[in-house]
Amino acid sequence: MASIDVEKVGKIYTGGVRAVTDINLEIKDGEFIVLVGPSGCGKSTLLRMLAGLETISEGQVKIGSRVVNRVEPADRDIAMVFQNYALYPHMTVRQNLEYGLKNRKTPKAEIDARVTEAARMLEITQYLDRKPRALSGGQRQRVAMGRAIVRKPSVFLFDEPLSNLDAKLRVSMRGEIKRLQRRLGTTSIYVTHDQLEAMTLADRLVVLNGGQIEQVGSPLDVYHTPASTFVASFIGSPAMNLVKAECQGDRLAIGPAMISLNGYAPASGTVTVGIRAEDLRVVSGEEGMPFVVEYVEELGSQRLVHGLVGDQALTIALSGESEISGTMRIAVDPARLHFFSADDGKRIVSANEAARAAAASSPAPVA
Amino acid sequence: MMDTKRTTFNNKLLPYLLLAPQLIITLVFFIWPAAQAVKSSVEREDPFGFSTVFVGLTHYKRLFADPSYLDSLLRTGVFAVAVTLLSMGLGLAFAAAVDRLTRTSRIYTTLLVWPYAVAPVIAGVLWFFLFNTSTGILPFFLSQFGINWNHDLNGTHAMILIIIAAAWKQVSYNFLFFLAGLQSVPHALMEAGAIDGAGPVKRFFTIALPLLSPTTFFLFIINVNYAMFDTFPIVDATTNGGPAQSTNIMVYKVYQDGFLGLNLGSSSAQSVLLMLIVMVLTFVQFRYVERRVQY
Repeated sequence: MASIDVEKVGKIYTGGVRAVTDINLEIKDGEFIVLVGPSGCGKSTLLRMLAGLETISEGQVKIGSRVVNRVEPADRDIAMVFQNYALYPHMTVRQNLEYGLKNRKTPKAEIDARVTEAARMLEITQYLDRKPRALSGGQRQRVAMGRAIVRKPSVFLFDEPLSNLDAKLRVSMRGEIKRLQRRLGTTSIYVTHDQLEAMTLADRLVVLNGGQIEQVGSPLDVYHTPASTFVASFIGSPAMNLVKAECQGDRLAIGPAMISLNGYAPASGTVTVGIRAEDLRVVSGEEGMPFVVEYVEELGSQRLVHGLVGDQALTIALSGESEISGTMRIAVDPARLHFFSADDGKRIVSANEAARAAAASSPAPVA
Repeated sequence: MMDTKRTTFNNKLLPYLLLAPQLIITLVFFIWPAAQAVKSSVEREDPFGFSTVFVGLTHYKRLFADPSYLDSLLRTGVFAVAVTLLSMGLGLAFAAAVDRLTRTSRIYTTLLVWPYAVAPVIAGVLWFFLFNTSTGILPFFLSQFGINWNHDLNGTHAMILIIIAAAWKQVSYNFLFFLAGLQSVPHALMEAGAIDGAGPVKRFFTIALPLLSPTTFFLFIINVNYAMFDTFPIVDATTNGGPAQSTNIMVYKVYQDGFLGLNLGSSSAQSVLLMLIVMVLTFVQFRYVERRVQY
């Protein structure tokens, strides 16, 4: 068990390509941290720097109280689960599990005990004498996890471990990873590009973009108060609607429609407004905004209706049975709007949110 | 077998026409001479070439009763094993070294491949000069250590000379295959090994080398084949099979008995035996090696 301190860490590859910039992160003992972002955002590079597989160009990484910048991967007391499992193909499952322990000169009896326990925990006991190629994807994944567990490291590192599995298996393995981590209480860092995986697994999410941290927070924090348009569009499915709008005092013009903000004036001039698809509702009469339906995606429990308000594309999520007509009128609770600067995409923090952040307590009632 | 799409020809003649160039070459340069060798290995011809008598397996029986042939068989075994071990060992060592490089690996690869482009007889001559007892530089150095190098008189020295010359040429080939093999070992496996507490040397021997076993076995067969059959020019350019038959390996003996000794029957029988050995080795490679040596 260990905490991890990442201070001002950056990575510059030979040739001057910068992959990661100024990462600061304090990870508490036993915490489950998910690094999430699109491909090329530097999340894997960051993980590999923690593992010691990439040199740290700038800054400092501490595992526990020890600075590990120059420590070999083997001596960092970490275990890693790779995307393609990286099981040794010429060894049986048992040999795969034993390899790390044997290299560390663990006594034979201790090795046997740990392998037996890990195999039981992961339900791979009957496969111990098979070679990895005789296992299914899910079983290989378990062996890879087992190889990490037997070492009893103080940190688990996961590099997109579920992306080679089919959708159904991915969901069940996701649950198992979470359960296992809770049970062992080992500090874990998990890299994924899948926002759903990130939301469901994380104690805290770290959203990365272009080698920099966009936002750090609990999954719900990030979902409800995205710090930038990037986070807003990346976290949540369907992606948050982002529309250009004009702030005129406490009134907001979206295309042809006007929304009253009830006395709240976040900015003046052009802003980007974020609206979650599920926050939009259909209204009758002359209220709300005119919405021209373009096409509908049926998800069974939900219907995602894609259409236009003026010339701005919007998606609304309606319940499975709701009626849809060619042109509808839609409205949103002004308190549910997210405002972002039109220039840099950063969130415009309302007084309300600032107070809430300061109090760091349960959500305050909306104004 | 792989599920491949098949192209069907409506014209029955076309496939044969397309294959013809290769078939003709194989027929003229392999099947025909091989058949001739088999034929003359069971015949005896008089010294003037006027008459030929069928003698059955007499030549083969005589060969296996001939101590000089059995000696040659043994020498060929020693030579082939030594050349294979030396050239594969060096090839693997160079490949492992180049595999660890990032920026300069291309330069080293290019340089290490050059010896392969040298014709065997040139390689033989090159080592002949290097080891030349009166003017060579290596005997001079060896004499500093009290070794009196003389491959013209010392059979062991002569054997070492042809082993080095033959292995030197083959290192490039082995190097290329080993390097390709090493580079195809998934990077993540080596990283997993590093995290699992194995140092570079341990990773090489416990992860990379076992994964290279298909390459290793392939090269083993190729190298034994090379040492047994393609080394004629090296022997011819350096020792001529001497001194006192000590480097008279099978492929050279075929030439010596046939073209110098003019004993065509025995020479043909020897070449047929040699051919059988190749066939067995190739058979082993295709039947067992390719199937079994997988992880």
